[in-house]
Amino acid sequence: MTTTAGLTKADFQSTQETRWCPGCGDYSILAAVQGFMPELGIPPERVVFVTGIGCAGRFSYYMNTYGMHAIHGRAPAVATGLAAARDDLSIWIVSGDGDALSIGGNHLIHALRRNVPIKILLFNNRIYGLTKGQASPTSELGKVTKSTPAGSIEAPVDALSLALGAGATFVARSIDRDKQHLPDVLRAAAEHPGAAFVEILQNCPVFNDGAFDHVADKQQAAEHRIPLVHGRPIIFGTEQEQCVVRAGDGSLRIAAAADVGREAIVVHDAHRHDPSLAFALSRLGDLSRGPVPIGVLRSVPTPAWGEGLVAENRRAHAAAGDAELDALLSAGDTWSVA
Amino acid sequence: MQLAGGQFTSATATVGNDLVTLPSFPAEIRAPQGTLAGVSSFQIHFASRDIATPGDTPNLLVAMNPAALQANVGGLEPGTAIIVNEDAFSKRNLMKAGYEDNPLDDDSLEAFQVTRVPMTTLCQRAAEAVDGASSRDAQKARNLFALGLVCWMYDRPTDGTETWIAQKFGGQPLVRDVNLAALRAGYTFGEATELIGARIEVAPATDIPPGTYRNVNGTQTTSMGLVAASVKAGLPLTLAAYPITPASELLHTLARRRDFGVRTVQAEDEIAAAGIALGASFGGGLGVTATSGPGMDLKAETIGLAAMLELPLVIVDVQRAGPSTGMPTKTEQSDLLLALYGRHGESPVPVVAASTPGNCFDAAFEAVRIALRYRTPVILLTDLFLANSSEPWRIPSAADLPRIDPAFARHDDPDAPFLPYARDEVGARAWAIPGTPGAQHVIGGLEKADRTGTISYDGVNHARMTELRAAKVAGIEVPDVVVDADEGARVLVLGWGSTAGATRAGVRRVRDRGLPVARAHLHHLNPFPANLADVLRRYERVLVPEINSGQLAQLLRARYLVDVISHTRMEGQPLLAGAMEQAILEAMPA
Repeated sequence: MTTTAGLTKADFQSTQETRWCPGCGDYSILAAVQGFMPELGIPPERVVFVTGIGCAGRFSYYMNTYGMHAIHGRAPAVATGLAAARDDLSIWIVSGDGDALSIGGNHLIHALRRNVPIKILLFNNRIYGLTKGQASPTSELGKVTKSTPAGSIEAPVDALSLALGAGATFVARSIDRDKQHLPDVLRAAAEHPGAAFVEILQNCPVFNDGAFDHVADKQQAAEHRIPLVHGRPIIFGTEQEQCVVRAGDGSLRIAAAADVGREAIVVHDAHRHDPSLAFALSRLGDLSRGPVPIGVLRSVPTPAWGEGLVAENRRAHAAAGDAELDALLSAGDTWSVA
Repeated sequence: MQLAGGQFTSATATVGNDLVTLPSFPAEIRAPQGTLAGVSSFQIHFASRDIATPGDTPNLLVAMNPAALQANVGGLEPGTAIIVNEDAFSKRNLMKAGYEDNPLDDDSLEAFQVTRVPMTTLCQRAAEAVDGASSRDAQKARNLFALGLVCWMYDRPTDGTETWIAQKFGGQPLVRDVNLAALRAGYTFGEATELIGARIEVAPATDIPPGTYRNVNGTQTTSMGLVAASVKAGLPLTLAAYPITPASELLHTLARRRDFGVRTVQAEDEIAAAGIALGASFGGGLGVTATSGPGMDLKAETIGLAAMLELPLVIVDVQRAGPSTGMPTKTEQSDLLLALYGRHGESPVPVVAASTPGNCFDAAFEAVRIALRYRTPVILLTDLFLANSSEPWRIPSAADLPRIDPAFARHDDPDAPFLPYARDEVGARAWAIPGTPGAQHVIGGLEKADRTGTISYDGVNHARMTELRAAKVAGIEVPDVVVDADEGARVLVLGWGSTAGATRAGVRRVRDRGLPVARAHLHHLNPFPANLADVLRRYERVLVPEINSGQLAQLLRARYLVDVISHTRMEGQPLLAGAMEQAILEAMPA
């Protein structure tokens, strides 16, 4: 694909040999990212991928952009610093469920609530892969892993609910293998002025194979995906027979379309400033068995963190020379000794 | 009391005395008034000659209540003048301070020259002239009464303080007028009464180098040093910090420097602060993070990453007494070994230490120079004493400060790969910042192949990279240590950090006795100056004073096999000149 800037997918592919396990969902995501990047019209040297630790952390090496493979959980902090110093870059974070939601939870929360102009891709495979199969913060209750041989006794955290709770202005969910949906969501994230958070359901073929087959698999998709499209009634199912309605107590629930009137079906509004609908959607369904909301839950264009500050700082800095420095150094009461 | 001390300091600086101050206050925001734990004090040492320390014991103690007297009377020399606010010596206050009987009424203060001044009453009378002033308003102004009195005693002008009061309380005319009245009443009381002995005149200091001076504390100079380096390097400064005593003051000071393009970020935690600073550096800015004690522990991982990435990063550690929360408002030099070794793996990091409040400027500038020139994290050690203490500072001229060249790499040959770990003559790697066309590359915490920077798990390469990183830091060009030695000196006093004033004063006292001694002070703790081995071997005895358990002494012994004598104090206070003098005398070979 060629764009107005004349960029192609190849411009974003590095020469490094990719080293993920065969069948890893990361390959599909990498292809989707490399494939959609040219559309942004931003040359590779102005794109930066900051990653944490874990299988997803290797992502930066495979992009022919600038990158930093940082330390566990700290990518949002590093990216925040980069955004504090530069306003001419497209900054992306690639993280995993352990990296973003466990060791780096605090940084994620604050990058989102600050609305730092960065795009955060969370590859959620509900397991620790690189450390070879321990329960992650998104692992389901009862999950048997090396670190939880009797089954996990901890409730999982929902990435989208957490992001919304932190005040994220853009929150979406997509699927590693969906070549159509994923680039669409990435595009929407890239266009968002502030922090964009995208959870990508990703398959780990070695330690948690098939965890998302019910949504990723084309045969089952219609039944298990609740597609969210702004301005459209939320309907799903092989025959479009299911829908989302608001219950008497204000919560959302899934109902048979035949049982409710058309007007009772909730119409998705991603641009609502009030995050309650997005939050209710994030609690809807069942990540383990489906159905699962897919798409942009919330997209409220909000001025990004310190908008205009970098340019202002650069101007102020450029204007400060020896005269200004002398004035600073000799401020206040001074006296001379001959 | 800190405000009154600050105003007296300004007045003292403007009359041209040399001075050093020691503010001291409790960690609690509103410590219970009148109790020993709640005593806030401000010590100032000034003279018509060069002053090195805040003074061991005061010649004059102003005690505003029994607790202040109780907390400070212990160290006083016989004959010391004490002025007390006798109105505050109530039964209740005496009890809170742990006095069973009023020390003003018995002979327990016999050794001192005690002057009782009913400051509260006099303040109230002065406030009567102000329309609408209550006795509570007058109460609050009693520190200014004391300030006025002491200003009269030492012939300090009060016009600076009057201007300050007028500005500070411009919006509250009543408070302003009561404070002004109290200040003037104190001054007039000194003039009118014969209670206080002769006025003491301290002429301007004459043995200090010519130049334009201002009074500064170490926080101000550290921030100005960072700003100056940012200007000279042409890189906007990003300071990321998490609030912690006493380093928060740096965040507050730099947050007001938007006029120099400074971006400050109050991070969500100490780890993020380091990460944000590193991210700013990654983008080609000047990334700085500042903290104290426990914050350093949390930053260790990021400092290790910066060492691996070989990116510039300045970490300011305003040391305080530890371990753990320790004594947050008390000073210590106990992070030296942490700065040098507090990371996993082989991760050498340059360490620079400031010696005086004024020197914090040079040390901060130097830390930035090293960080940028060598692409490395640099730890700048100051401490609480330096941060809060103030002294006259000869203002440097901006034009005299060297330019720092960040020397960003470009890459113009599309056919050759960019080599981010190719090195220049000092071992600094090629640094291309995001946005540089054709030089796209990824840096990371994984070991990288020499020159190309690609991931490498090759053992031989790892050994080579470990050596290259170590050699780069070891080879950093630092100035030789300067020795100030008397002919025939057999003892060298070798200090580092904020002991500079005390060692200088101690050495001066020994010299006043006609005894020869040598003194040197380290500003670079890693790498050490190249001539240090030589200097150490030149003397029969090397005395190393420190406000820790002897960390530099341990390093010197290990590194140079010299059996130095360690002199330590770990009471959360600066070293004393008298104790230094004693230690030097004891170190003298028979």
